[in-house]
Amino acid sequence: MILPNGWVMVIGLEVHCELKTATKLFCGCPNMFGDEPNTNVCPTCLGLPGSLPVLNHEAVELAMRIGAALNCQIMPSTFHRKNYFYPDMPKDYQVSQYDEPINVDGFLVLPDGFRVGVTRAHIEEDTGKSTHVGGDGRIHGATHSLVDYNRSGVPLVEIVSEPDMRTAEQARAYVSELRAILVATGASDGRMEEGSMRVDANISVRRSENDEFGTRCEIKNVNSIRSLGRAIEYEAARQIELIEAGERVIQQTRHWNEQEGRTITGRVKEDADDYRYFLEPDLVPLAPDDSWIANVRGNIAVLPAARRDAVAAATGADASATAVATVVDLQLDDLVVAAVQAGADGRIALARASNEVAADAEAGRALDVAAFTAVIAMESAGEITATQAKTVLGELLANGGGDPKAIAAKHGFEAMDTSALDSIVDEIIAANPNEWQRYKDGDGKVTGFFVGQVMKATGGKADGKAVTAALVARAKG
Amino acid sequence: MTAAPTTAVDIAAAVRAGDVSAAEVVESHLAAIDGREAELHACNTVLADEARAAAARVDAAHAAGETLGPLAGVPVALKDNMCTRGIPTTCSSKILEGWRPPYDATVVTRLQAAGAIVIAKTNLDEFAMGSSTENSAFGPTKNPHDITKVPGGSSGGSAVAVAAGFAPIALGSDTGGSIRQPAALCGVVGLKPTYGAVSRYGLIAFASSLDQIGPFSATVADAAATLNVIAGYDPRDSTSYADGIPTIGSEELAGEVSGMRVGIITELLGDGIADDVKRRLTEAADALSSAGAKVEETSVPACIYGLSAYYLIAPAEASSNLARYDGVRYGLRVDADNITGMYTQTRTAGFGPEVKRRIMLGTYALSAGYYDAYYGKALKVRSLIARDFAAAYEKYDVLLSPTAPTTAFGFGAKTDNPLAMYLSDVCTIPSNLCGDPAISVPFGTGDDGMPVGVQVLAPALGEPALFRVAAALEGSAS
Amino acid sequence: MAAPMAKRLTREDVAHVALLARLEVTEDELDMFTGQLADILEHADDVEALDVSGVDAMAHPLQLRNVFRDDVVQPCLDRDEVLAQAPAAEEGRFRVPRILGEAP
Ligand SMILES: [Mg+2]
Ligand SMILES: [Zn+2]
Repeated sequence: MILPNGWVMVIGLEVHCELKTATKLFCGCPNMFGDEPNTNVCPTCLGLPGSLPVLNHEAVELAMRIGAALNCQIMPSTFHRKNYFYPDMPKDYQVSQYDEPINVDGFLVLPDGFRVGVTRAHIEEDTGKSTHVGGDGRIHGATHSLVDYNRSGVPLVEIVSEPDMRTAEQARAYVSELRAILVATGASDGRMEEGSMRVDANISVRRSENDEFGTRCEIKNVNSIRSLGRAIEYEAARQIELIEAGERVIQQTRHWNEQEGRTITGRVKEDADDYRYFLEPDLVPLAPDDSWIANVRGNIAVLPAARRDAVAAATGADASATAVATVVDLQLDDLVVAAVQAGADGRIALARASNEVAADAEAGRALDVAAFTAVIAMESAGEITATQAKTVLGELLANGGGDPKAIAAKHGFEAMDTSALDSIVDEIIAANPNEWQRYKDGDGKVTGFFVGQVMKATGGKADGKAVTAALVARAKG
Repeated sequence: MTAAPTTAVDIAAAVRAGDVSAAEVVESHLAAIDGREAELHACNTVLADEARAAAARVDAAHAAGETLGPLAGVPVALKDNMCTRGIPTTCSSKILEGWRPPYDATVVTRLQAAGAIVIAKTNLDEFAMGSSTENSAFGPTKNPHDITKVPGGSSGGSAVAVAAGFAPIALGSDTGGSIRQPAALCGVVGLKPTYGAVSRYGLIAFASSLDQIGPFSATVADAAATLNVIAGYDPRDSTSYADGIPTIGSEELAGEVSGMRVGIITELLGDGIADDVKRRLTEAADALSSAGAKVEETSVPACIYGLSAYYLIAPAEASSNLARYDGVRYGLRVDADNITGMYTQTRTAGFGPEVKRRIMLGTYALSAGYYDAYYGKALKVRSLIARDFAAAYEKYDVLLSPTAPTTAFGFGAKTDNPLAMYLSDVCTIPSNLCGDPAISVPFGTGDDGMPVGVQVLAPALGEPALFRVAAALEGSAS
Repeated sequence: MAAPMAKRLTREDVAHVALLARLEVTEDELDMFTGQLADILEHADDVEALDVSGVDAMAHPLQLRNVFRDDVVQPCLDRDEVLAQAPAAEEGRFRVPRILGEAP
């Protein structure tokens, strides 16, 4: 989106992701989404009097992995208490890292090469979850609320970016890339819908890149990457409109309303916001030693950017191509690269993997490389058409494997020889003179008509591209 | 049978030997409670049925030839800020009235594993905030030596339980002197162990970086026996020493102090300390000298700033620790139209004035714009105090001071003046700030005939030296 | 303890911390608490003369670091036992009066 009158937007993102540990951050309760309310609770995560926290080693390990993957320095760190009253927080303080976070000064490179600074990625505990009764389930208008502490104490890493992004597209790309990194490192499952990854966007606008930062608003409740882009664009436009009308932006939290496509006022920052941070006396400092840090750095999974490069190198596609991103996101890149190594055509392998296989990625990840390679080879050799290849792949995926040749034979798939296709094309042209005239006059829309007719006549055996080529040849002739 | 055993060590030995049954021990202590509890109000809950059942288990185990634990059959009273599963745990606060914890504190588990029998939950200043047990929501505890006097606090109920023979041993918690000061005022032994020696899991927090559980007892040997049971690494407490602390044995309890270097803290002999208390301290020092210790006065300059640092640090931590009493999950709720109203009404009705005072003081000390001037500076002063004590321990094995500035005072004497009350803790606070152990040993009486305590201080993990000197003082006390 | 320019604690300060701490104080209590807290803070001023420059803050007496727990599931509490302690419960959850605003 181009902003009017030269306005520039400034975007910084705060991403909270739940770590994929077996247990919570400070107690042995299961870290499990979707269980019966208040069944995964103990004295510690209920904040019962006398309870104490003990830090989960695995949570630290995963947090360090995130830091390593985001090119951060991994530092000696401490935990503080952030004090405020809220019913989903059983101790009425949150244990979080404050001025000494574990990961600092990193960066993340977007697929197009744009580099976004990562200020910090710190460990903290999640809150419980409130359900609002009455008032359409919203907090406003509810008669009362019900609290479930299963999520209380689940380990989070909060990743804070520098305010480096200037477009909604960059913000979307950042979240998408970050999500891919979190999944690749095994630190988090990155499910925005389930709330295991939550994105807050800080947005301000200014008249030019050289101006001071404007007053920012924080947009919460963004549940998908698509909504993030919409919310940012809406919010920037709202702020510009305000300022151009001579009003000022008030620092506040705003909520994205997906249905109405707008942000609405949430919580105005108050003077009474005084969290009285102080060192959590029930925990001791965290200072991973060099060997632990080296071990984490040395064992980071191959990250999405490197995997995209590998797919690009194998298939000849551009590393920033959508198809490349798709196979990496869906972890189908190993399949593609292996198929190419086994002799498959890279372009076709990528196309099939990013479309037909991607449609059932779970089955695709289990797909036998040899079978996939065989389908691509049959297609590139012209033994079967693209359409037939899709059918064969579909059956392989649905059945969890099989012999591609046998499937093709069962369907009677065989390459139609050129002369047979030529005569069918001629027949159809003769039977449809008006449409042929329009085709020759350059009306591209009738191409589909002719292809469809040929497919119908051949029972789908014709190769769409061969039909198109035959049409082009006749029109020229 | 000779006279019934009264100390924990003797009771456990007699139960092991079959000279007395745990049931008899429990009955005689329940009888003692029956006799004076109405007058003294040391207990919030007397656990007669539970104690009898536990005694029956000990006796059955003995009959079955099982090996009994080191405190088998020994009744113990617990300060009512330690969680006991299914048994009310109130902190002497209205805000927790009726709450039954779903779990036991680690010290409770350890005591029970050693065969000890929990006989009562004892009264305290609400949330352990006070020095007289007058701040209990359930009414004050009386000093058994003179019921017009306070027992000290905040663990007044536990001190009185031991002094009045309700139990040979009791546990208290000490954040700024809450074990040692009431021990001194009631004429019993009170120990604050090294921070991290005894698990805090299940101890309802007042100020987490200062709180430590410790024993009350009539004898130094019983304090050691209790410490040996309750101390040790607890994986549930991140601030627990992995290696625990040295076990105290007969060598330490022999009271051999010859050649030990003892420093009397000059700063704690000043104007605020009553003359009769000073005289007892001098006698104690002389006794150690005669026993071969090298005793001299020594200055610990930053010591005098302990009170100032403490009364910012402890309330700051408390203001956060006590936020959870909000009427949502347990305890008192005063209903209101909305959550903020419910929080405010509940906390306003549930907390007494001293707790409110400290919550507000701590909130202020941590709040934006004041943190550096108050809490931040207090932490630096704490450093200075620790540094000065560390320097003193270069020269001395232990330090000596009065435990409390005066003998027990009358009810109401300091209730209108919180600052005057806080000054009761001037001698005991430094050990909490430093995380060091300290013990109060009874040493004669003041001009009013009320008990006086002498405090022995040691560096962290210095319990063995502490007990040597304590045993020597016990042996020479008149 | 306050920096030299620190002013004596005011009624407004006390009213503000009472609000932060979710405590209600009457006008009389406000007067009482203001006087008492100001006295305590003034007593704490005795350290004003102390030079603490270059002194590290000591938030904790222990020098321990890196205390961890293995990532192994432990038994949870029984929900009925937990909710039996709650002032109000509904549908397996803790019931609270309406919440006025979102979390900060
Ligand atoms: Mg956060
Ligand atoms: Zn838990």
